[in-house]
Amino acid sequence: MSWDYAALLPGAIVVSSLLPGVFIFLLDEESHVLRTVLNLFGAVAKLVLVGLLIYGVWLGQVFETRIAIAPGLTLVLNADALSVLFVTLSTVLWLVTTVYAIGYLEHSTNRSRFFGFFSLCVSATVGIALSGNLLTFVIFYEVLTLATYPLVAHRGTPEATRGAKIYLAYTLSGGLLLLVGAVWLRTLTGPVDFVEGGMLGDLSPDLHGQLVVIFALLLAGLGVKAALVPLHGWLPQSMVAPAPVSSLLHAVAVVKAGAFGIVRVVYDVYGVTLASQLGLLTVLGVLASFTIVYGSVLALTQDGLKKRLAYSTVSQVSYIALGTSLLGPVATVGGLVHLVHQGIMKITLFFCAGNYAETLGVAKVSQMDGIGRRMPLTTLAFTVGALGMIGLPPIAGFVSKWYLGLGGVEAGQHWVLVILASSTLLNAGYFLPILYRAWFRPLPAEWPNEHHFGTRFETMHALLWPPVITAVFCLLAGLLAAAPFSPLEWARLIAEREYGL
Amino acid sequence: MSDAALTHPLVLCIALPLLGAMLVTALPRWSVRLGILAAVATAAAAVALAATVWQQGTLHLMLGGWDRQLAIALRADGIATALVLMANLVALGISVYASGYFHDRVRVRSFWPLWLLLWAGLNGLFLAGDLFNLYVMLELLGIAAAALGALTGNRDAVAANLRYLLVGLLGSISYLLGVALLYTAYGTLDLGLLAAGIADSPQLLAVNAAAMTLMVAGLALKAALFPLHFWLPPAHANAPAPVSAALSALVVKAVFYLILRLWLDLFWPITGMAAAMLPALLGAVAIVWGSWRALRAERLKLLAAYSTVAQIGYLFLFLPLLAATPPGPARDDLLAALLLMAVTHGFAKAGFFLAAGLVQTNAGHDRIDDLGGTAQRLPATTFAIALSGSALIGLPPSGSFIGKWLLMQSAIATGQWWWVIVVTTGSLLASAYVFRVLSRAFGLEPTPMRFITDARAEVPALTLALVSVAVLGLASGPVWTLLGLSAAGVGA
Repeated sequence: MSWDYAALLPGAIVVSSLLPGVFIFLLDEESHVLRTVLNLFGAVAKLVLVGLLIYGVWLGQVFETRIAIAPGLTLVLNADALSVLFVTLSTVLWLVTTVYAIGYLEHSTNRSRFFGFFSLCVSATVGIALSGNLLTFVIFYEVLTLATYPLVAHRGTPEATRGAKIYLAYTLSGGLLLLVGAVWLRTLTGPVDFVEGGMLGDLSPDLHGQLVVIFALLLAGLGVKAALVPLHGWLPQSMVAPAPVSSLLHAVAVVKAGAFGIVRVVYDVYGVTLASQLGLLTVLGVLASFTIVYGSVLALTQDGLKKRLAYSTVSQVSYIALGTSLLGPVATVGGLVHLVHQGIMKITLFFCAGNYAETLGVAKVSQMDGIGRRMPLTTLAFTVGALGMIGLPPIAGFVSKWYLGLGGVEAGQHWVLVILASSTLLNAGYFLPILYRAWFRPLPAEWPNEHHFGTRFETMHALLWPPVITAVFCLLAGLLAAAPFSPLEWARLIAEREYGL
Repeated sequence: MSDAALTHPLVLCIALPLLGAMLVTALPRWSVRLGILAAVATAAAAVALAATVWQQGTLHLMLGGWDRQLAIALRADGIATALVLMANLVALGISVYASGYFHDRVRVRSFWPLWLLLWAGLNGLFLAGDLFNLYVMLELLGIAAAALGALTGNRDAVAANLRYLLVGLLGSISYLLGVALLYTAYGTLDLGLLAAGIADSPQLLAVNAAAMTLMVAGLALKAALFPLHFWLPPAHANAPAPVSAALSALVVKAVFYLILRLWLDLFWPITGMAAAMLPALLGAVAIVWGSWRALRAERLKLLAAYSTVAQIGYLFLFLPLLAATPPGPARDDLLAALLLMAVTHGFAKAGFFLAAGLVQTNAGHDRIDDLGGTAQRLPATTFAIALSGSALIGLPPSGSFIGKWLLMQSAIATGQWWWVIVVTTGSLLASAYVFRVLSRAFGLEPTPMRFITDARAEVPALTLALVSVAVLGLASGPVWTLLGLSAAGVGA
């Protein structure tokens, strides 16, 4: 174990939010200023460290933190191109969400508990992103489950407790399946390190039967968080959580942890060639396609805005799995870039939903008539997110869909185009009516529960600017897709390495 | 006896709590202060012992000047030292907690002498090197434990602990009969000499097997292995909180330690796969049944007590895996995993019971369904329950997660995959009972203003829970080094 800079950095990135989180738990409820300072300090420190990491990875440095926790069991944190993608996404969005959450929870209760667990969640997410082997991944995956539970239950109402219970039942059972799969794989191969191109390629063909069963266990465990149908039932129920939780965790961290895990297992454990030989990609593709269509159909019928967004998440996250299931680098690019694009678009939508609820008490689609005139900036951000989800150029979502379609054609799987087309139609079917109501219907005489925050803007600053900023990200990610360091370029870099191009 | 022997950490670990017990009996007005002093001194001796074993390996000591057949033998190898260290640190935490727990004078004055006697019995049991002294320590432990359990004086507690006492005596008699058989056959009580004797005389199989059955069955009764667990839940649930913690976390573990010692050191020529299957099957039933009863329990302390029944079951699952694994690094790792689980459970269960005691004092009851406000009012206590609860489930990064990982790995590797099903079922049930409690912590009650409200009680509970989760899970490397097992494996 060497303790130089390169060996410390990945660990430091995890700790940078863990430590402030622990201190926040210990704070008295009334220490607003100190809590805010700790929160922002953690978020900014993490961003700086991630900046150093990106720079180093770009220079070709190897970053790895190793801690032996028992003979043969080693905690490994390292940074490859794929980790950097997810780490950067979580870190940037964490900073934005922290600002949002401070505004959102200004006058609510139990803030020390909330922000403490919030920081733990981000530490766990970053840990997942930086995991260098399956053991480390499993550990952080479970920690994420535990740290999210109190946030879902946070409001303390009977619905919140119930939603949290359902969430826990799904994720803990999934976690156990993942654990059994990981242990089983460990007995076959020794330590399961993530290696670009996969590490099971030269295993004896006699073991292929076992590998298929193990894949089923791993996929079941990861599929719960990635909300693959029929394991998605927890996600709509978790929408009882406060808006910052729904935004960051249920649009980005938790569901992405599942999707990211699937990507890791397919590319860096099994290897895409072996996974394809064993027929695993077909299974994944069918599940993902079904989820995409099914989630969208259910989204059509929801009147609750957050529920509609939740089913939309169910559908959209499976684009990542779909891209992974197609053999060929272009589809991989499409899936990976959607990891980022779906994140920034969906967080924008959830922030906006939170603003509507906090400012006007509007939580249902049917109450949104004319809301664009009362809250133009928020609704503009919402519009950008929604159109991006539909896949309208030049917004980020278009880039993902383009590469997914192209990848399907390249892999000779033309049915992918049918899935994408029907999904786009369905997306339009559940987003356009909202936009029509918001911009073109007349204002109601009175909003359900209106607050004035004493600014000349439509709502308080801490709530207004985060969605505007992330909406700008959505536009930039689409417009500047070909620029260096854009999500698309980075996804290309990963795909090249996975396919050894 | 030379002067050097008197100050040897092996002796101090047993002599200091005995001395403390005498002092608190002689000077009852000073009992809390003297008790804490004895607790700190004993824990320091245990740390010194661990440091010595760390540097020098297994320690042996003969007291009394008799020859090896009859002498009082003490010894500390890696396994004993790991458990001594756990037991003494947990006991220190319990002592700090107890110093503020009892309020009326009679209880304070009866608690400290009994508690220090129990402590001496624990250390004696871990460190004794011959069968007779093990018996003496076992009796000391059993009697002190039953007396402490009845300390609240209410009828339920007295009835439950009287039963505990009788069951314990029955177990001890069964054990003593086995010892008598062995002494008749081999003429010695020293563990090392007996082990050699048993290995060399396969013709005495009937005697060996009878002795083993008597001794292990008697101890299984005391360790509450299903279906001999019936006495445990009422005894542990009705005792005062610090006592419950000691009974569940330490006393049961000490008895299991004795079974393990006999199984591995003494009877290894006859404890093959077939013999190991029975306790493991009972352990499997214990896991499922104990967890199920914990889930159905109405009171927090009863839940914790049934959870102990289940957790003891996990330890017995290791026996057939150890039998199926040839000696070598894999078997050493398995043994270390077993100890890690036992040690983690010690810390976690003590933390859980101490926190449960705080909840009970604060709310005036411990009915789980009515705990809403209390859980919300005491953030640090709820945290302690949450942390120790996740160690009981075996969630990462707790020590029991690593234990379970290695347990399942070995089960798959040796083809005994059915234990994996038992472990996963047990983990699911454990999550259900732990989160059934934790879900009460989220309610609409007013926000607590401060994290810690009663430092003397909450800090020990929280520290013990934290050790079980963070320290043992992420830094359990030293456990392997201490065991002197696969030293090469660590850090490689």
